[in-house]
Amino acid sequence: MEHPADSIVAKRNALASGRSTSASLVDDALTRIAGDTTGSFLQVLEDDARERAADIDRRRAAGEDVGPIGGVPIAVKDNICLDRGRTTCASRMLEAYESPFSATAVSRLEAAGAIVIGKTNLDEFAMGSSGEHSAFGPTRNPWGTDRVPGGSSAGSAAAVAAGLVPGALGSDTGGSIRQPASYCGVVGLKPTYGRVSRWGLVAFASSLDQIGPFARTVEDCALLLEAMSGLDALDSTSADVPVASIDGQLDTPVEGLRIGVPREAMAQHAGVDAAFRSAIERFRSLGATIVDVELPNLAHGVAAYYIVAPAEASSNLARYDGVRYGRRAELKPSDDLIEMYAKSRAEGFGPEVQRRIMLGTYALSSGYYDAYYLTALKTRRLIKRDFDRVFASEDGGAGCHAVITPTAPTPAFRIGALLNDPLAMYQQDLFTIPANMAGLPAISVPMGTVEDEGEQMPVGLQIVAPAFGEASLLRIARMYEATPTTS
Amino acid sequence: MSDPTASRPDDVLGADAVRRVAHLSRLSLDDSALERYATQLGAILGHVRQLQDLDLDDVEPLTHPLDATNRLDADAARPPLDREALLKMAPDAAAPFIRVPKIIGNDGGA
Repeated sequence: MEHPADSIVAKRNALASGRSTSASLVDDALTRIAGDTTGSFLQVLEDDARERAADIDRRRAAGEDVGPIGGVPIAVKDNICLDRGRTTCASRMLEAYESPFSATAVSRLEAAGAIVIGKTNLDEFAMGSSGEHSAFGPTRNPWGTDRVPGGSSAGSAAAVAAGLVPGALGSDTGGSIRQPASYCGVVGLKPTYGRVSRWGLVAFASSLDQIGPFARTVEDCALLLEAMSGLDALDSTSADVPVASIDGQLDTPVEGLRIGVPREAMAQHAGVDAAFRSAIERFRSLGATIVDVELPNLAHGVAAYYIVAPAEASSNLARYDGVRYGRRAELKPSDDLIEMYAKSRAEGFGPEVQRRIMLGTYALSSGYYDAYYLTALKTRRLIKRDFDRVFASEDGGAGCHAVITPTAPTPAFRIGALLNDPLAMYQQDLFTIPANMAGLPAISVPMGTVEDEGEQMPVGLQIVAPAFGEASLLRIARMYEATPTTS
Repeated sequence: MSDPTASRPDDVLGADAVRRVAHLSRLSLDDSALERYATQLGAILGHVRQLQDLDLDDVEPLTHPLDATNRLDADAARPPLDREALLKMAPDAAAPFIRVPKIIGNDGGA
């Protein structure tokens, strides 16, 4: 297997063989971040990262086990808690917030030897599909800095694509890892709901949120995923399902591979559509059976999601009330508690967050609950059933190992292009939302570049697998990644 | 209450409705912000109303993707987070309390 020079595996191998030190990897990353033009980082933990690197180098020299990714620098999306520095969620509300603990996913990666070099930019509270909804300025796409990197894990995707770090953590509620991975030409994985603990992930929509990795290769993603997966007593929704190790098995093709292609997977962009047709041919050339399947409720995903997710957000974000932590507005002596809440929240939350809180509050309010929220939850059931039928090998199911679609309907758009049209922005999540609604694992792998307004921009292929089918999903993604384009 | 599914002209949320939802959301917004949100929320809700054409009568709502049940922890004491660290996060504290505006009167406790 080839390992690109900027991959985690290449860096790990260089460290293990003594060709490199963690201190020099961290130095190199810090230098690159200092010259960054994408705005990927909100905070760089320079001294802390240097100290940890020196410590790992010392331990390695003393012959100690420094973990499977010992000494490799990574970045963490700033809605994932770290017990040092700030965790801002790119919001004025949490501008000065310092978490007293680290997320389980981060602690596990650190136990595996990773060095967190900084916190990355995002759409405020992970709400957005472009990276523009950050209180601290937009993130830019390294392929063209007048374009968005996608969102909400904008900085993590851009940082890996720009070669600032070999790997990063993001979170995915409706496509927030996969869509920016597609826009930036990197690999991004949303695990099965419950695969990775959500402890320490600032809650947006709790029945949809998952933490997942970004990297240059499928193998690197597999490495990060394995290090952070598994049951966690601190998250009651983390799943008590064994984590299958993919070590040494990633290059084993899936036998009798059946790939479902939904009729409904129509890209809105000629280039994306052509790239997707060529991806289908690539699987065919690998001996896969291409199965024509139907996901009749795919088209309803965006509508259902933009009720379910805001409803959960309106409840989760009620905790930002200016009392126990976060921002409190300047008050007049006559202001009472309700005014303190309302002024603090109006000041602290940006427009997209306010919009979603209001949307969710409306959908849950008396007289509208059945028409909106309950209807959305029933639609969610239909979306899950669509996938069940495609994956089932009995009862008339299509018996597919995976379903493929373009990750996003278009390549990255220009900064500002959709900012005043929330509904058009939401449509970018068309293909990614269903996996969150059904709790399924899904990955975006680079599908080449396409021409868009005279420029070549990357696009991604999304592969969706049955729940807890990460091991097979990663092997399928690896099969695709390892095969040259035929057309 | 009027039929919430009835279509509204131009898919704009009414001024009273948007004011009410801003209050329920505990967001203190001026008139221009309310007007902007009324238009945007109206458009989104207009799109969402497509779901009401689906045949959902016999469909169970899905609240959780894995149909998981609650897992209970052992009833054992564990060290809590440090009180000093928690108080340090509060915008206004006088240890061991967090200070807030008055709660009783002015309808503040409603």
